[in-house]
Amino acid sequence: MADWAGYMGLMLDGALVTAKLTVLGCALALPAAFLAGLGRLSRFSAVRALSVAYIEFFRGTSIFVQLFWAYFVLPLMGVTLTPLQAGVLALGLNVGAYGAEVVRSAVQSIGREQHEACVALNLTRWQSLRHVLLPQAAVVMVPTFCNNAIELLKATSVVSLISLSDLTFQAQVVRSQTGSTAMPFLTVLVIYFAYASLISFGMKTLERRMTRGLDGLRT
Amino acid sequence: MEWDWEFVREIMPTLLDGLRITLLATLLGSMLAAAAGLGFALLRRSKSRAVARTTGFVVEFIRGTPLLVQLYFLFYVLPELGVLLSPLTAGVVGLGLHYATYTSEVFRAGIDNTPRGQWEAAKACNLTPYQTWRHIILPQAIPPMIPALANYFVAMFKETPLLSAITVIELMSEARSVANSNYRYLEPMTLVGVLFLCISLIAVPALHLLERRFRPTR
Amino acid sequence: MTDTIIDIDCVTKRYGSHTVLKDLCFSVRPGEKLALIGPSGSGKTTILRTLMTLETIEGGTIRIDGENLFQMERNGRLVPADEAHLHRMRTKIGMVFQLFNLFPHKCVLDNITLAPMLTKGVKKADAERRAMELLDLVGLADKARAMPAQLSGGQKQRVAIARALALQPRIMLFDEVTSALDPELVEEVLSVMRMLGSTTDMTMLLVTHEMSFAHDFADRVLFFDRGRIVEEGPPDVLFTNPSHERTQTFLKKIIAAGQRI
Repeated sequence: MADWAGYMGLMLDGALVTAKLTVLGCALALPAAFLAGLGRLSRFSAVRALSVAYIEFFRGTSIFVQLFWAYFVLPLMGVTLTPLQAGVLALGLNVGAYGAEVVRSAVQSIGREQHEACVALNLTRWQSLRHVLLPQAAVVMVPTFCNNAIELLKATSVVSLISLSDLTFQAQVVRSQTGSTAMPFLTVLVIYFAYASLISFGMKTLERRMTRGLDGLRT
Repeated sequence: MEWDWEFVREIMPTLLDGLRITLLATLLGSMLAAAAGLGFALLRRSKSRAVARTTGFVVEFIRGTPLLVQLYFLFYVLPELGVLLSPLTAGVVGLGLHYATYTSEVFRAGIDNTPRGQWEAAKACNLTPYQTWRHIILPQAIPPMIPALANYFVAMFKETPLLSAITVIELMSEARSVANSNYRYLEPMTLVGVLFLCISLIAVPALHLLERRFRPTR
Repeated sequence: MTDTIIDIDCVTKRYGSHTVLKDLCFSVRPGEKLALIGPSGSGKTTILRTLMTLETIEGGTIRIDGENLFQMERNGRLVPADEAHLHRMRTKIGMVFQLFNLFPHKCVLDNITLAPMLTKGVKKADAERRAMELLDLVGLADKARAMPAQLSGGQKQRVAIARALALQPRIMLFDEVTSALDPELVEEVLSVMRMLGSTTDMTMLLVTHEMSFAHDFADRVLFFDRGRIVEEGPPDVLFTNPSHERTQTFLKKIIAAGQRI
């Protein structure tokens, strides 16, 4: 029982790595989602094609394959990444591809009449997007982004397989050092669940603030 | 590092063997996910609040935690409790239960979308609750759900590489073992990606087909 | 060039195989108030939307202030208008929609100041001063900070009118602006329009089903049917003594439905 505190410390280290991966992954996924999602709606077919290729590639192959590819194959092409970099890259680009579809469908869900009002007020395409369409679409995006962020959190566990000492990795370490199985795995499950609850609480707060005044009414 | 076609030809049979296990795990996992998802959805509608709440929490918990850790849990903890599962069984149970938490949402939405009048008509026909579910509600609710369910089965397929972590010899672990024994990562890893992409690309039109076939009539 | 601000010459508009406007020709003098009436699907809303460049045309030409709307000259040849040309042309025109199309995420004041600030570079303080004047004009000065969802239909439509006026267009298009309103809210919008008609020299085109308003308001009425103008004339003549049979049938139906003309 004396060592228990030590093992707990190990797992908290892992929890920190998992938090870091999640935050950095989201930081990459968000701009990727907006770039590719808006890219799919571009007037230029080259931009559209590029966005579709990115989205379909990252949604079509598994996050697991992407991570291994980033870690084992990219070095063969002269790009050597640390496990953390490989993890953030694969997670961010993977979830960004799913987020891109969220951005696209949210922007498309804004009614035609809002576009027409923008034309009648002589706004440029960019101005319409920036001031009218995106602010409204953002409200629609938040709940799905919340799910995406939780999916990203869960996906961080696969980096343990490229020996990054995240929460899952540390659980394995504790298991092999103590021979105890239920304790380490239950502990990390609870920590992951706490993180997921934190994300959904944060997103709900954000959503409430964004919809204030809108009253869910749109005519 | 150059792409070596000879090596590709050499390892392809091994990879296809792995793909077979991957597809088998996906198929069995999907069946379990569909059945358990329906179970979760029904339990969440239970009249007993304790049952409904507990199910709700279990579903939220499973969905909020990584599949990989759940697989470890099944693989390492259950044997201590005297439940011995083969790696593949543990993997299928893990995939199935994890995705059941997603499919249960689909079932729930589908059931909620069945018009109130159908329940009332069933009552007016003096059907028992079981008969109502079996003959009236589920036959109407399930077809419109099929595309959404299939979507999750495709997502599950993409998570099967995780089974390699609990020693299931599927596509990913075959690829890793040939990569490790030959010190060549380029071809095996790329081929795994290509195989996954191929199956996903086949799945996309198949999903569209399902969507058209089962589009709810209004 | 005669004294016209809008020239519509042989305009044809199709949706697929369905022709909405057939060789449509008419022109509007500066400051004229024009009412477009007719059964639904007769093309009257389409021509308004076309003037606002929300639709394109398949044949004919539209000139605003003598300038071609959808085409421009480049190297001595007529080519389809680019975005910059359309942008410049749209500064002359404002539009009010049937369903208001307010921006639900912006308060009333921001709805009005957004376009002047973005498209004309008006300073925030000036844009807000001007917006408050306009809100005063439409009787909603106390609602400047309200969100659109908190307003009644009539109030929304008055804000939409103020929003269009803020860009100071020379031509205003009103597309069935009272059709979506509860009957008791119609008058507050009509009275704003009446006041605009009598106090400004803007050219105004309105598509409406309010025949008595069209009668009082318009200098000239165009009766549309199946993508053409069947009959046109001053309201006194067209409403009381229509010469065409289809106009007579249409007006009879309107009266039978209980409207006063």
